[in-house]
Amino acid sequence: MKTVSVQYFAILREQRGLTEEKVSTTAATLAALYDELRARHGFTLPGDRVRAAVNDEFVAATAPLSDGVRVVFIPPVAGG
Amino acid sequence: MFRLAAEPLDPAALQRALSDVRAGACVTFEGWVRNRNEGQPVTALEYEAYAPLAEKEGARILAEAQEKFALIGSACVHRTGQLGLGELAVWVGVTAEHRGAAFDACRYIIDEAKARVPIWKKEHYSSGATAWINCATRGGEVGDAAQPPA
Repeated sequence: MKTVSVQYFAILREQRGLTEEKVSTTAATLAALYDELRARHGFTLPGDRVRAAVNDEFVAATAPLSDGVRVVFIPPVAGG
Repeated sequence: MFRLAAEPLDPAALQRALSDVRAGACVTFEGWVRNRNEGQPVTALEYEAYAPLAEKEGARILAEAQEKFALIGSACVHRTGQLGLGELAVWVGVTAEHRGAAFDACRYIIDEAKARVPIWKKEHYSSGATAWINCATRGGEVGDAAQPPA
């Protein structure tokens, strides 16, 4: 079991109802963690439309999930 | 220099900061809050940023542009928070020896910033509905009960 911190922005923040939480998980990858959270909280965005960041750097969703990291799932961006 | 700003932008000051006697061209771009999007009357916008990564990715885009177009200077500032109609949401400015590189670089920076920097836009419509842009899924946005008609 790993414990990671997950930060939420924009549509995910609203759908989760908070900005950050600690999550205990057995997910092997970031994509698996997103799927787990999506199932638990009813996020509308499918995993293939969300990018992932670990400790403030982009990482592939297929990357392994390490204990103790800070994870952000990034909905489709819309600056400008 | 890429940065996020919670307060209104001052384009004249931003442009002055790029002054350089080596530059023969300065091109700037201003992104404004307009009153319609895809047929919906918009009343206000809200920008939210994942600041640490937005700043890193923004800086990377400027570094790419500097190199690719041999710029003398470049800057991009993006607003966060609630903005009204007509407000300046994003400002890009570049300087180069000649206009061709300056026009191309300015375009490159705003296009890449829109595609890559983790900033999100929520539109508020006159109907009272809201929507996170680019985040719609089949059946609309959960949590936005008063979804505007498609």
